[in-house]
Amino acid sequence: MSFLEVRDLSVRLKGGGPLLRNVSLTVAAGEVRGLVGESGAGKSMIGKAILGILPRSVEISSGAIVLDGTDLLTLPPAMRRQRVGATCALIPQDPLTALNPSRRIGPQITDRLVDILGWKRAEAEARARALLHEVQIADPDRVLRQYPHELSGGMRQRILIASAFAAEPRLIVADEPTTALDVTVQKQILKLIAGLQARHGTALLFVTHDLGVVSKVCQSLSVLYSGKVVEDTDVARFFAGPAHPYSAALLAATPKYTDPTAGLNPVPEAVIAAVRAEVENG
Amino acid sequence: MTLVRTLLLRLMTTAVTLFGVAVIVFFVIRVVPGNPVAMMLPPGATAEDVARLTALYGLDKSIPQQFVIWGAGVLHGDFGTSITLRQPVLALVLGRLPATLELSVLALVMAVLMGGAAALTGTRLRETRVEGGIDVANGMALSVPDFLWGLVLILVFGVLLPVFQISGRVTPSLHLPFVTNFYLVESLVRLRFDLTRDLLAHMFLPAFALAIPLAAIIGQLLKQSLKETMHLDYVTLARTQGYSEARVIWREALPNAILPTLTLVGVQFTFLIGGTVIIERLFSYEGLGNMAIDAVINRDLPLIQGIVILFAVIFTGVNLVVDLTYAALNPRLRHG
Ligand SMILES: Nc1ncnc2c1ncn2[C@@H]1O[C@H](COP(=O)(O)OP(=O)(O)OP(=O)(O)O)[C@@H](O)[C@H]1O
Ligand SMILES: [Mg+2]
Repeated sequence: MSFLEVRDLSVRLKGGGPLLRNVSLTVAAGEVRGLVGESGAGKSMIGKAILGILPRSVEISSGAIVLDGTDLLTLPPAMRRQRVGATCALIPQDPLTALNPSRRIGPQITDRLVDILGWKRAEAEARARALLHEVQIADPDRVLRQYPHELSGGMRQRILIASAFAAEPRLIVADEPTTALDVTVQKQILKLIAGLQARHGTALLFVTHDLGVVSKVCQSLSVLYSGKVVEDTDVARFFAGPAHPYSAALLAATPKYTDPTAGLNPVPEAVIAAVRAEVENG
Repeated sequence: MTLVRTLLLRLMTTAVTLFGVAVIVFFVIRVVPGNPVAMMLPPGATAEDVARLTALYGLDKSIPQQFVIWGAGVLHGDFGTSITLRQPVLALVLGRLPATLELSVLALVMAVLMGGAAALTGTRLRETRVEGGIDVANGMALSVPDFLWGLVLILVFGVLLPVFQISGRVTPSLHLPFVTNFYLVESLVRLRFDLTRDLLAHMFLPAFALAIPLAAIIGQLLKQSLKETMHLDYVTLARTQGYSEARVIWREALPNAILPTLTLVGVQFTFLIGGTVIIERLFSYEGLGNMAIDAVINRDLPLIQGIVILFAVIFTGVNLVVDLTYAALNPRLRHG
């Protein structure tokens, strides 16, 4: 059985149109599922719905988010938060804004282990040190005492990754975790996430624009267009030949690593029109 | 720049500021009409009497001459003698200062507690009717000045529901074992909570009147900053970690949202201290402000000068403390 099952989830603007339309997807324990789609398709919205951090301007209109057998949407808010906090974590998109500027790194990793999960302070600190080591930070003790503004973007993202894995969550949502970084750092961070995921056996919902990344780290894939899943498949099958015309066009629009000189093929207008008609009527 | 250099620079600008204040006050109170000597002599005093007393207080000399004499005294810690009270000005103002400081600080604490509570509650319950209610209350508090609040409080809690005292600092018949004039502090230190109670019963209404406008300003600004902070990524991240909304506001948002409010509170606190002049009068509270009004009415020139200089020292001191606190709270400033 899947650890996470999102079933027919619809999200809309309060008093407005739909943002997610009957989205269904599953993430099995230890599985990495990619979530791709153009900007504005609703990828982040799915992650936020799972973690219970939807903006106040939107609401869930129907559906279920089943985490480890329990539908989160039936739980009272406090219990839902507790459940999510204990079993899930987020690797955010922008490491520059995701750390509290007025607090040292150490407590930002350890506090919730102590406050929420009831660890002993010393235990939590040892854990933070070990994880910083694991994300290849050379001098964990020094970094733990530093403030975010003293660290580079790449360092901060390593810290956020360490923090996400700190409580051994069963599911991590990574929302474009490398987009805000320098190209030279992106690859290292990606490798780091993939490595930690494999070692810790954590399920990962990986939001990205980059099909190249999907081919490297994901096992399964959901393609989103305008709030609707147009294809749900495994990675091998997807790259062998996508079933949906929009997916195929998306794949064609991705520059090939094997042939970077080949020109970009933007998704054809006709495909966009067809998929839009399909999503909006179906 | 090192802390020491910053401090030295601040002390120098402070000295210049105080000198400027001294010059202006000294000259202004001497050119406005009203003769202190004539006011203290009984009707029917002769011209010789007036001349003799005028010479006694050195008021027969030219204003610049008087300033030099007075300035030389001040540098030796001698602020002259009050014309009406016939005691050294320094001892008089320092004797009243604790009463005003205790009142101002109590008012500040009340303002911070009320404003902080309003801001935190408004943020926790944002976009509900409660937040709307808090905004309305803030607006009302701001649209009425402190001394009018004082009158309202006297009417409500002094006359309609007499639960607080509306006059004086302490019940006159009480025996006070104090050695300093910091009555409130000393009553706490000596564990004489019966006296603390009596003092607070007298101080509550004037302090509350002083606190209301500042509380509203704190409530508005802090709520604004908190609400902006609540959208930031690290706040959202804390939500996914299982923290309750109240703890997210308190732990993640408040420390970052508080800096602009802190700066403003510093400036506003000096206004609050200025407000004590009228409020102390209204509540017959024996502090500096009340003494200042008497001094002005009686044209007690040395006393006016002493009080104004002391207020100026307090104002610059408050500003210095705010700047230092700001630097201590903001890690980016500390390292940059
Ligand atoms: N706070 C918000 N209030 C209202 N609408 C929002 C809000 N945030 C996003 N949306 C809308 O929801 C839709 C989906 O946004 P979402 O952020 O999930 O897109 P995305 O697929 O993550 O895009 P990107 O790749 O640019 O991050 C968009 O149409 C966006 O305009
Ligand atoms: Mg997004």
